[in-house]
Amino acid sequence: MQAIGLTVVDWVIILIYFAFVLGIGIYLKRFTRSEEDFFLAGRKNSSWVAGLAFVSANLGALELMGMAGNTFKYGMYVAHFYWIGAIPAMLFLGIYMMPFYYSSRIKSIPGYLKLRFDEKTRVLNGFSFAAMTLLVSGINLYAMALVLHTFVGWNWDVSMWASALTVAVYVTLSGLLSAIFTEIIQFFLIWFGLFLVSVLGLVEIGSWDEILRRVPEGFAKLWSNSANPAHNGMLITWAGIVLGLGFVLSFGYWTTDFLVVQRAFSARNLRSARMTPILASFFKMAVPFLVILSGLIALALTRDPHSGFHLISDAGKVNYDSALPMLIGRYLPPGLVGLGITALLAGFMAGQAGNISAFNTVWTYDIYHSVINRKASPQHLLRMGRAATVVGILLSVGTAYWAKSMPTIMDYMQTIFSWVNAPLFATMLLGMFIKWITPDGAFWGLIAGMGSSITMYLGVKFNWISARLIVLSGISSDMAVNFWRAWWAWLICALVTILISRFTKRKTDEELTGLVKGLKRKPAEAGISWYRRPVFYAVLSLIVLILLNIYFW
Amino acid sequence: MAPDAPKMKPIWFFVGLILLTMGLVILLAGLYGLWVRPLGPPKVLASLHPEIWWGGFMVLAGTVFILIGRKSSAE
Repeated sequence: MQAIGLTVVDWVIILIYFAFVLGIGIYLKRFTRSEEDFFLAGRKNSSWVAGLAFVSANLGALELMGMAGNTFKYGMYVAHFYWIGAIPAMLFLGIYMMPFYYSSRIKSIPGYLKLRFDEKTRVLNGFSFAAMTLLVSGINLYAMALVLHTFVGWNWDVSMWASALTVAVYVTLSGLLSAIFTEIIQFFLIWFGLFLVSVLGLVEIGSWDEILRRVPEGFAKLWSNSANPAHNGMLITWAGIVLGLGFVLSFGYWTTDFLVVQRAFSARNLRSARMTPILASFFKMAVPFLVILSGLIALALTRDPHSGFHLISDAGKVNYDSALPMLIGRYLPPGLVGLGITALLAGFMAGQAGNISAFNTVWTYDIYHSVINRKASPQHLLRMGRAATVVGILLSVGTAYWAKSMPTIMDYMQTIFSWVNAPLFATMLLGMFIKWITPDGAFWGLIAGMGSSITMYLGVKFNWISARLIVLSGISSDMAVNFWRAWWAWLICALVTILISRFTKRKTDEELTGLVKGLKRKPAEAGISWYRRPVFYAVLSLIVLILLNIYFW
Repeated sequence: MAPDAPKMKPIWFFVGLILLTMGLVILLAGLYGLWVRPLGPPKVLASLHPEIWWGGFMVLAGTVFILIGRKSSAE
């Protein structure tokens, strides 16, 4: 294919972005003096700043391109990832879980596991999370280099090392603070750089109704064709969406993945921390108007023989991820192409910075300070955090080269989440809401959940077991298998945790005060008027979610 | 914090600055392409000149964010 051509103006836009993020890293270094500044951005962010960073940490370019491509492949069902697959979990985090996290003054999610359970559960989660972040960070880097090579014609190695070094410089200088600043800048660049593509697509095709008329019937609905998997593009029933995506994968990711939850920990007080995911939920609900819309526009144009639009094919296999870059190449003139490419670059780099800032925190506190050097001073931990950033970046570059040698590795992203986050959500949910769950129950439940998820994955991959056993249906897609595997891993983790907890020693009520429902301290926001309370905004968010689902039913 | 400690500029200031700078470059490039010579091959819907009105919109949005940043800085 012919690469998207860049003019001098486009290069100027890209260079402005690199200069800005490096300049911000250098500027913020003077405000990064203590370990709390480095790892938790000084705990002084407003809920708006933390909320935008919360949603942006998840809004990577891999997600943007992947979801636009998935819309082309599966239709409007992909909106479930943004609505039922995100909003209830984000609201649950803000209303029920954040008081336990924030009030216990922990620095990471494994830190909560230590307080609620014990050291071995913390270290187990610390290691699995650290491995997951490096893997995801490397895949992110690999995907970025692949995109720039395929669509802009850049050298694979140069684009990967240039962005990795930039992220290394600004995260090493000022830690989470610079990661949050660049995530917020990325949020605006993505909207300004990519929303215009959807606007111009709508103008060209004529109207929203015309787009729906041009795509297959099963692709234009959200729920009304979910009773029979053969009637929708994703080949899944409503039960798989609700249990697998809406409950396990979504709650597992949004309530326990430290990458996103760390942003809420940077808030200045408990109310701001609780408002962080709730405000973020409004921004999250808007993302389909950028991603799903562009995927549907690409599909509608492809089905019109006169449009001249088509996706890239590699050896006869359609590259769905090319939908968004091909639309950028179709509509955006010089300058705006640079902005569109910068938006993707910013998404990749912010995604990598988010993973690395979560990795350096978990490594420093939950592995190094917990296992290797318990007597380390705060200044020593700050130095360790900076060193972990550089090492983490180098390891993720190594992961990226490994990913390059395995062409299907990008498909494994959702699989990795189902290995680590889905069982962890069962441990967290039981631990936070049932006081008799024991440390041994949590540890062995987590081992069983993670082990079963990996076994199911390998079993289907190598044909030891049929996918039919997992999805409980004769037909399924890869996505449906992911959803159902996450559900079973959650269930196995929960059952083993409960079973072992019946026979092992529990912690006393005194040890669990502030960590378990029913044993929590009085909320600090008791005197706040009703219209300023997080619950009020959560209800508003829920109403918007319901209305969107009804409208696109 | 000590009274003479440096005060951090709010994030909105930086958001405004980057939108303003990029918007200005896109707007000026669009005007150059309109009045002098096009900078690249024509794209679909090029007659709408999206670079001019979108660049102008970014300049406007950037200015608003800088003003918000200055205001919260002063507070």
